[in-house]
Amino acid sequence: MYDRRELIEKAQKAVQKRAVIGPDVDLGEFDSTPVDHKYLSDAEMRSLPMAERQRLLMAGVDVTESERGGTYFQKDTAVVHCSTRQEGIEVIPIREALEKHDWIRDYYWKLVSVDADKYTAAAEMELHNGYVIRALPGSRSIYPIQACLYLDKHGLQQNVHNIIIAEEGSELHVITGCSTSPDLKKGIHVGISEFYIKKNAKLSFTMIHNWAEDMAVRPRSVARVEEGGLFLNNYICMKPVRTLQMYPTTHLVGENAVARMYSIIVGSPDSEYDVGGRIFLKKPGTRAEIVARTISNGGRIISRGHLIGETPDIKAHLECKGLILKGGLIYAVPELEGHVDGVEMSHEAAVGKIAQEEINYLMSRGLSEEEATSTIVRGFLSVDIPGLPPQLQAEIDKAIEMSEKDVM
Amino acid sequence: MLLIEDLQVELAGKVILKHIDLEIEPGETHVLFGPNGSGKTSLLMTIMGYPQYKVTGGKIVFKGVDITHSPINERARLGIGMSYQRPPTIHGLKTRQMVQLCAGDRKVSDVEELAARVHFESFLDRDVNAGFSGGEIKRSELLQLLAQDPDLMLFDEPESGVDLENIALVGHTIATLLQKEIVSTSTKSRLQVLKERTKMGFIITHTGYILDYVDVDKGQVLYNGVLSCSTNPREILRCIGEIGYEECVRCTIDAN
Repeated sequence: MYDRRELIEKAQKAVQKRAVIGPDVDLGEFDSTPVDHKYLSDAEMRSLPMAERQRLLMAGVDVTESERGGTYFQKDTAVVHCSTRQEGIEVIPIREALEKHDWIRDYYWKLVSVDADKYTAAAEMELHNGYVIRALPGSRSIYPIQACLYLDKHGLQQNVHNIIIAEEGSELHVITGCSTSPDLKKGIHVGISEFYIKKNAKLSFTMIHNWAEDMAVRPRSVARVEEGGLFLNNYICMKPVRTLQMYPTTHLVGENAVARMYSIIVGSPDSEYDVGGRIFLKKPGTRAEIVARTISNGGRIISRGHLIGETPDIKAHLECKGLILKGGLIYAVPELEGHVDGVEMSHEAAVGKIAQEEINYLMSRGLSEEEATSTIVRGFLSVDIPGLPPQLQAEIDKAIEMSEKDVM
Repeated sequence: MLLIEDLQVELAGKVILKHIDLEIEPGETHVLFGPNGSGKTSLLMTIMGYPQYKVTGGKIVFKGVDITHSPINERARLGIGMSYQRPPTIHGLKTRQMVQLCAGDRKVSDVEELAARVHFESFLDRDVNAGFSGGEIKRSELLQLLAQDPDLMLFDEPESGVDLENIALVGHTIATLLQKEIVSTSTKSRLQVLKERTKMGFIITHTGYILDYVDVDKGQVLYNGVLSCSTNPREILRCIGEIGYEECVRCTIDAN
């Protein structure tokens, strides 16, 4: 068993440490006492109440597990289901991994610093659980693995730590949803994620968030991509949340490694989002792309993007587009940092409204003004993600479609 | 029928069209000549209903309905359609989806087949107009009109930017849309088919290439916002070629 004393000591020193960005959340408002939930068999999963299933489905989690290669389902602090149906791919609760597997030490807190801020510290000092998903060398996930972190108990502080490892030459697709029960109004989700994409491996990670009006969300994630590896990171959040702040970082440490980050955010009234991505290009031949589409319906959205080119022969592009439809704020912060000759970096940022010319064009094809507007908004939110399996693209399209009526 | 009477139009406070009278009967196609900046596109946009073109006098009647102040989509539903010269890009909307939107409730059963008619199959999964060349835009616009199937079609320079290989394709497609490519059937004589044509066309052209493919009934010249000539399109083209648009000014004066 992994002796975590040293980590806990380090964490203890950071319990009061505010995050570098984002509004400060008083963790004293929440209760992190573990909540018991009964483990669910496959059959019990399928017979969850309809309302709950619907909420899970909106976060991309299908309880029937058809077309899924495995499932990790955590309710509050307890693992209620964990299974894999695919050879070569392991899904293990992180507490179990810490107890049973020595190799976890090579990954646990190796990318994210335990003392980064009070949230990382809390995740270590009161770790509830989380998943470890590992694709063995050369394995291929035919169907995506689904992971769900669900909050049921009002006022809960949920601390999770996730690790995803795509071993050499493997291909892994993960869809993860975070959601809350219909009765939960308030809570905080603290989620640490560390991604390891080894030589020539491919990982797609699609995260769909469905929070509640009074939720605080503080994910902390870092990825490391080795030579020839590909990391696709997709993020969709179209539901209200009180405050969400995250700034996932990716390090491209091997030649020809590629990272692409896509995020789609719709900002509801009284919601505050500070989201973005940062990619370090550290070896020749590395490529990075950050694409963000944000719509404000009265919410406040800070959309960050930061590309750091540390070596020649790298290419990176940042695209940050925002539409303000019903008031609110969109603050686009694109940053490019080239450290040497021979970097190729660009960015494109635009914040505005729907072009009248486009509405008129569609109206001249017979659409009403409302239909034309919703067609343009749908188009704005639909992003083609190269390399993403069509099934996951369909999940993203579905998530957008399901929340469309909230957008308009 | 399209009937325009004494139409006066302003754009950003400036009069751009003066005393326009125009009549297009069912089955008829007219071409519109005129130098750059004479107001040709403005006239088409006004008929289509673009709100920045403010009608300050006169009226537009289509199929007996006064549409002078109708919104764009109502005109589209009444059967007016337009092929644009520089349409906007709609990001995230696939050309394939656009074709279906144009068809409305009718639905196109085979988009590929329809696209094949303008050699556009390979563009169906691209965003509407995103990075299209001049010629590709024209074919995309024609494809949309094929799906929309309006009764009055307004073409803004349909042959500009189209390469030689595709000019015949564009020409024949327009002729088909406007029911100018007539085939007699076993039940109807050619003359009968001709009489039963309903489609109306109004085509802006600089080069007159379109005349090689579409049998045009009348030519008009727009000069300084005034419709000045209405006669055989070939004669107009020859006149412009030999003397230039200056002559149209004289025609305008003589006509008044």
